[in-house]
Amino acid sequence: MTELERVRAEDQRLAKERQRIARDGPKLTGAKLEARLERTWRRPPGILGWLATVDHKEIGRRYIITALLFLALGGMLSLAMRLQLAQPDSNLISPQRYNELFTMHGSTMMFLFAVPVMEGVAVFIIPLMLGTRSTAFPRLNAFSYYMYLFGGLLLWVAFLLNIGPDIGWFAYTPLSGPQFSPGKRADIWAQMITFTEVSALAAAVVLICTILKARAPGMTLARMPLFAWAMLVVAVMIVFSMPSIALCSGMLISDRLVGTQFYNHYEHGDALLWQHLFWFFGHPEVYIIFLPATGFVSVITETFCRRPIFAYPVVVLALISTGILAFGLWVHHMFATGLPRVGYSFYTSASMTVAIPTGLQIFCWLATMWDGRPRFQVPMLYVVGFIVTFVIGGLSGVIIASVPLDLQLHDTYFIVAHFHYVLIGGAVFPLLGILTYWFPKITGRMMSETLGKIGFWMLFLGFQLAFFPMHFAGLLGMPRRVYTYPAGLGLELPNLLSTIGAFVVATAVGLFVVNGLYSLYRGAIAPPNPWEASTLEWATTSPPPPYNFAHVPVVDSKTPLWDAEGELPVVTGLRVDEKETLLTTVVAASPDLREPVPAASLWPLILSIAVAVFFISSIFSPWAVLFGSIPCAIAAAAWFWPKELNRNPEPVIT
Amino acid sequence: MSIQHYQSIFGNAATEVRQFNTLFVIFLVVCAVMYVAVIAFLIAGIARRRRAAEANTVEEGRHHESDPAMRTGLIAWGAVVGTGLVALAIASFVADRSMANAAAHEKLSITVTGNQWWWDVQYNAADNSKMVRTANELHLPVGVPVRIMLKSNDVIHSFWVPSLAGKQDLIPGRDTDITITPQKVGIYRGQCAEYCGAEHAKMALVVDVDSYPDFIKWWQHQLQTAPKPTTPLALAGYNYVTSRNCSACHAIAGTPASATVGPDLTHLASRRTLAASMPMSEGNLYGWVADPQSIKPGTKMPTIGLEPNELHAVVAYLETLK
Amino acid sequence: MSSRFRASLALLAVATLALAACDREERHSRAKPMGETVPAGTSPDTIWPGGTVPQTLDPRAKLYDNNAPAISQGQSLYSQMNCGGCHSHGGGGMGPALMDDEWRYGGRIDQIATSIAEGRPNGMPSWRSKLTEDQIWQLAAYVRSMSGQPSKDAVNSRADAMSATAPQTLTPRETVQTSDTAEQ
Repeated sequence: MTELERVRAEDQRLAKERQRIARDGPKLTGAKLEARLERTWRRPPGILGWLATVDHKEIGRRYIITALLFLALGGMLSLAMRLQLAQPDSNLISPQRYNELFTMHGSTMMFLFAVPVMEGVAVFIIPLMLGTRSTAFPRLNAFSYYMYLFGGLLLWVAFLLNIGPDIGWFAYTPLSGPQFSPGKRADIWAQMITFTEVSALAAAVVLICTILKARAPGMTLARMPLFAWAMLVVAVMIVFSMPSIALCSGMLISDRLVGTQFYNHYEHGDALLWQHLFWFFGHPEVYIIFLPATGFVSVITETFCRRPIFAYPVVVLALISTGILAFGLWVHHMFATGLPRVGYSFYTSASMTVAIPTGLQIFCWLATMWDGRPRFQVPMLYVVGFIVTFVIGGLSGVIIASVPLDLQLHDTYFIVAHFHYVLIGGAVFPLLGILTYWFPKITGRMMSETLGKIGFWMLFLGFQLAFFPMHFAGLLGMPRRVYTYPAGLGLELPNLLSTIGAFVVATAVGLFVVNGLYSLYRGAIAPPNPWEASTLEWATTSPPPPYNFAHVPVVDSKTPLWDAEGELPVVTGLRVDEKETLLTTVVAASPDLREPVPAASLWPLILSIAVAVFFISSIFSPWAVLFGSIPCAIAAAAWFWPKELNRNPEPVIT
Repeated sequence: MSIQHYQSIFGNAATEVRQFNTLFVIFLVVCAVMYVAVIAFLIAGIARRRRAAEANTVEEGRHHESDPAMRTGLIAWGAVVGTGLVALAIASFVADRSMANAAAHEKLSITVTGNQWWWDVQYNAADNSKMVRTANELHLPVGVPVRIMLKSNDVIHSFWVPSLAGKQDLIPGRDTDITITPQKVGIYRGQCAEYCGAEHAKMALVVDVDSYPDFIKWWQHQLQTAPKPTTPLALAGYNYVTSRNCSACHAIAGTPASATVGPDLTHLASRRTLAASMPMSEGNLYGWVADPQSIKPGTKMPTIGLEPNELHAVVAYLETLK
Repeated sequence: MSSRFRASLALLAVATLALAACDREERHSRAKPMGETVPAGTSPDTIWPGGTVPQTLDPRAKLYDNNAPAISQGQSLYSQMNCGGCHSHGGGGMGPALMDDEWRYGGRIDQIATSIAEGRPNGMPSWRSKLTEDQIWQLAAYVRSMSGQPSKDAVNSRADAMSATAPQTLTPRETVQTSDTAEQ
């Protein structure tokens, strides 16, 4: 036989083999298909299977539950702080302990709750919303959760062992440097940063690749849900901002461990270097927390106003421009540091400019309410609460963007009021709304509407009581991070009101948790689409099966479930004997590749344990960097070892 | 002696903060108007649902259409927000420039060095014999521009007397400065406004704005050395203070005690506060000298463990340091 | 093991850990004034009368010897009290080097504290009347760190000052040897 004939014969043989592979389609559909897919996609049983899971829904649930646990822990710290501040010259909590409390409260809320909970919700819902079976890089997803968990445990175990940090959540040098923070407290804080930043970077990579490559066919970028846009922008922001804090915390550990001089001005280092690098991350960080919440608001508003968000392109451009502008504002945290004053005006203007896209987004949501027929169930109540509360925070932000005003208000309780308004009003309210909204999808049951309404009003009113008086405390001259204040300055009343409000807020959050737990066991069973929403996650059961969709749906509008006449159109042809998903092109989302999805694997856990040992021991000795990298290299090699696939190569779809 | 604790941002007692109140009100008004607009739109959206027939929802099959007024509204909203923010930015810039330009032609120079957790204040003079060193307290003449050079001996602090000026950080390795031209006689309180460690909450300072003659009188008094003790108890205290632990860190002009680790004590008893946090009084003095660690835990001043008669003697001597 | 048993076991483990809170980082700011309790005339081992009976270690040693805040405070005091005027940054000058392995009057923390409190012949002043016991022990803890004696977890790598020595966290531990005063 000639070469050509041999190749042709081989091709035909392979083609005949391929005919025998079971795929979903007209021949295999319905309950039989679901049973086959279930067998292929479910994770191995037992504790090892639970640890080895790569199912994005399980990982997302873990993220959310862990983050809510940290919310509770951080909240308890804030109650302790408020008890100390309820009266002037109080002796309830010693200064050292109080300083640890506010450091832990800030670090827990910012690094262990706010960003991870957004990542967790995204990791759970994005593949469902985009109509695909799995995230990209599922094992990386699992790894990112374990890194987050170990970072959180590091910080909290240290706190409980009385070696927790006491340097503030932003740990300015030289206070956090080797001379003024003796011991390992600051190193533990800095290394927790490394854990959470690696975790966030991994999750960002997963999200970017999933959103760009793993959408349902026909879901062009112009038809993608706004939450997916928000997470895309956020993930890119994470990629650009996290390295800055990794660098500065790494340099801090280096100064403290081996005596480098990065922040020592006597040896031509600079204390301000820390502030620049930290805030270059720190300002985008708050938008990393806020933009997913805007995605939540868009989702809820669309469903409960019964129409898509008004001016979709404007909202998308607002998200993108907020993400870009957020990188040009960081010096507004440093107005008091004595940098050239004319330069500050640039940052004032930039800080005000970033309010414009957000303002336009708010208009779009309000226009959607105007043009639609809003139903005020609990998620929509949280959206209204968000508008009322976040805008106050945004406007107090405009006030402090001005240099002369900020020079008085910086580092006072006015700032504390501002950022709690934007973080709780702007992120926690939408979060609680979206957890109520997606609770049926995650658990299969509905949350109690009554408990939800009571919780909302308690939270909303308690929040105003707790944080509005802080504006006045700041205007009366109360600085931040003080464990007590003297009598006679007029600060007693605002602080007492804040303390009472804090307890109301805590009760409301507790009520939300009780609602969740109760509804988990006694809530009404949820149908696939209890809210009659429009996006793809509602096209599958509640909760979804491990494979998400029996057939990959095809979309041709922004609101597929509202525009499909009867059943959604689907594409067929994915294997059922192995885990396989469909990748599509970046912009037009036409089918591109059939991608095998990795099976459950323990290597992410093993690598994260190796990395955790590496990071934690390098707090104590520089040799750990050398010796700790060996197990990491071995675990990484085992994870990435090419797997022999028992399959014959299939032609790429053209 | 009671102190008027006046730490409000609206104190408006110096030229540099003259513009603050006006600017704040401008911002507040513009922001309030924007907020009212948002809430009004929100309420309109909520209330409008009663007019069901006009809704563009999926139930009506019109969810791909929009009210054309909204398009105009979006552009108008963007224009209003943009204009408002530009106006605010300009107002802020103008105020900022005028405040910065006012900081010129200072007639008096003071160096404030931040320490954990007290303020080292030194009045500079061309003639070194006229220099004055004190702690946690400034006296300023009304109407005279004063330039305060800010340095730090350890970590970042922030000099903030709300009624007189915005804050400025004291950063080790960098020299920053702030100019204040007080306009109203009075006593103003300030506090460190950058977290600087365990006792950041108790690093306050008091600024006493006097008329010019009173200020000169104060300065002349500060130039005098400490008076010689007259009573036997004060003499015993003097002996202790100048030969024992106190002299390891403190200086009292005219005595052998000349260390610069801690605050200068030459005119301690005439200051308004003690330990940067308490009103000056005999009782507070006893408490502080006897056991500083229980009043300000973590402070650098150690608890010496004085015998009762030593304590009486030391306090008796310190009280003569007016 | 049932999951409830596992949970309570975990809780017990955490509670035990919490009780064993790390003393290395404990800041003893409420150190009681101890008066004149550093024993006078504590001699180094070579001239202990009646044989080489090791002296029992002062109970305060473990409060200061590996205590990070104490060593850090000692570092500040070292520069504030101008110890560097004679001892430089440990390299010695008019006074003996503090970073080497030779200790004329003993290199244990209580012996160093005695040296600081008592003063020593040939120029070491007595600081008993100028510094409290707490401060003297903090200085002694810092002095020991110059020759690498404390655990590396407890020392500061450097001060915020001009760099004069290798970082303390990388300083190798010198063995403590007594040097004969007659040879000085």
